[in-house]
Amino acid sequence: MNQKWTSLLVSGVILLLASGCGDTSEGQETGTEIDGEMILATTTSTYDTGLLDELMPVFEEETGVNVKIIAAGSGQALAMGEAGEADALLAHAPEAEEVLEADGKVINRHRVMHNDFIVAGPESDSAGIYGLPVEEAFSELARQNGVFFSRGDDSGTHKKELDIWNLAGTEPDFENYQETGQGMGETLRIASERAGYTLTDRGTYLFQKENIGNLAILNEGDESLENVYHVMQVNPDLSDKINDKAAQAFVDFFLSDETQSFIKTFGEEEWGQPLFFTN
Amino acid sequence: MELIWSGLVEAFKMIVQLDNEVLQITLLTLQVCLISTFISTLIGLPAGMVLAFKNFAGKQLILLIVHAGMGLPPVVAGLWVTMFLWRSGPLGDLQWLFTPQAIVAAQVVVSLPIIISLTYSAFKKIDYALILQIKSLGPTTAQKVYMYIKEARFGIMAAIMAGLGRVLAEVGAAMMVGGNLRGETRILTTAMVMEVSRGNFHIALALSFILMAIALIITFILLHLQQRRFTP
Repeated sequence: MNQKWTSLLVSGVILLLASGCGDTSEGQETGTEIDGEMILATTTSTYDTGLLDELMPVFEEETGVNVKIIAAGSGQALAMGEAGEADALLAHAPEAEEVLEADGKVINRHRVMHNDFIVAGPESDSAGIYGLPVEEAFSELARQNGVFFSRGDDSGTHKKELDIWNLAGTEPDFENYQETGQGMGETLRIASERAGYTLTDRGTYLFQKENIGNLAILNEGDESLENVYHVMQVNPDLSDKINDKAAQAFVDFFLSDETQSFIKTFGEEEWGQPLFFTN
Repeated sequence: MELIWSGLVEAFKMIVQLDNEVLQITLLTLQVCLISTFISTLIGLPAGMVLAFKNFAGKQLILLIVHAGMGLPPVVAGLWVTMFLWRSGPLGDLQWLFTPQAIVAAQVVVSLPIIISLTYSAFKKIDYALILQIKSLGPTTAQKVYMYIKEARFGIMAAIMAGLGRVLAEVGAAMMVGGNLRGETRILTTAMVMEVSRGNFHIALALSFILMAIALIITFILLHLQQRRFTP
């Protein structure tokens, strides 16, 4: 009896050790040209909507590159690029990206798709901001001390929100302005539970719709609410470990006609409208 | 309430169907956690024994660090391991960041202090009279080690269980150093965090049941090993 247990445990451990951790990058031999690994740092919205889950296997199949997708806020994604810790970036913080581009940290930057930000809030809309231009809606929220949940995580959405406060000429320092420090999905759910307002990208809003039943779209369509995604390569000079061939192929892949037409229709079936638009 | 109920139903369905991805995540979790606990035990057991039986300069300082390390928040360990494994970091050439190896490394960092300090206590609890008795028999070092381990086996098993519990429950470090990559470094805890952030509560719930079942089964096996009669 005792022997049995011991041998069971020992054989179990040996089996696990034998099958080991080393099985991470096999099965990539079918690649046509590039191979190797590549780190893609990206914003959460492209990942949480499932877009990359659909696209990456195609890219991996075509090139043999094993893509490691690190889904973080655009702030972290750009920081990883700046430090040479990623090979390619997909982000939606154009102004911060332009700074990196000007510094030569990223190269080969292209606009790939866009959608828009919306202001979501409780259906009852106690602050009465429905349909107002977004800057006025924000001033109104600040004036009435409305419950507002900010991402507060330096993400692209957070940067956009700060831009809008700036345009509205208001400081977001009222008492009910709260930072969640979390991703868009969590922030939307917090806003929903606490009947608050928040700025979100449309994709994540649609994706989370069933979990946030009481949040409605209150403001949309303004020019300042445009949400633009760019893809770019990290400058290979930043680290000798950068797989620049893979990163270049990745940029090309995103700009290819097939990928662009896939993005155009992505989500139509499930949500009745596409989550992203191409140019 | 409805969500909890439908979650339970969904969870049950997922476990019964056991789709490939869930199976793969579960196996990876087992692999990573058992390997890291195994490594921690391999280092921690001798270290605990040396600390318990030998005197040397700096021992008190080491004990202090090890005991304090029991409360090391996994995210702190994760941050340090990440910085070491960065391409620009001291261990960057290993290319381990965002691989299962990195998760193992971080988990060893969080479980090692637990295993060292608990095995240390286990050895310290051996009756001094018994130690004298063992020594009087004139055993070889190997025999001494064997007898000490035999005497302290309850405490040692408890130490291993505590270490394993820590790595199974840990999520912050695994998220940071592993990156929660689908099919590569996604383990049960990081998958749960992701599913919650995507709003798929029922999947997260199903994963939580699998995780708890694993913890239960492993603890059962270890308890069994602990409680068995020692037949030399």
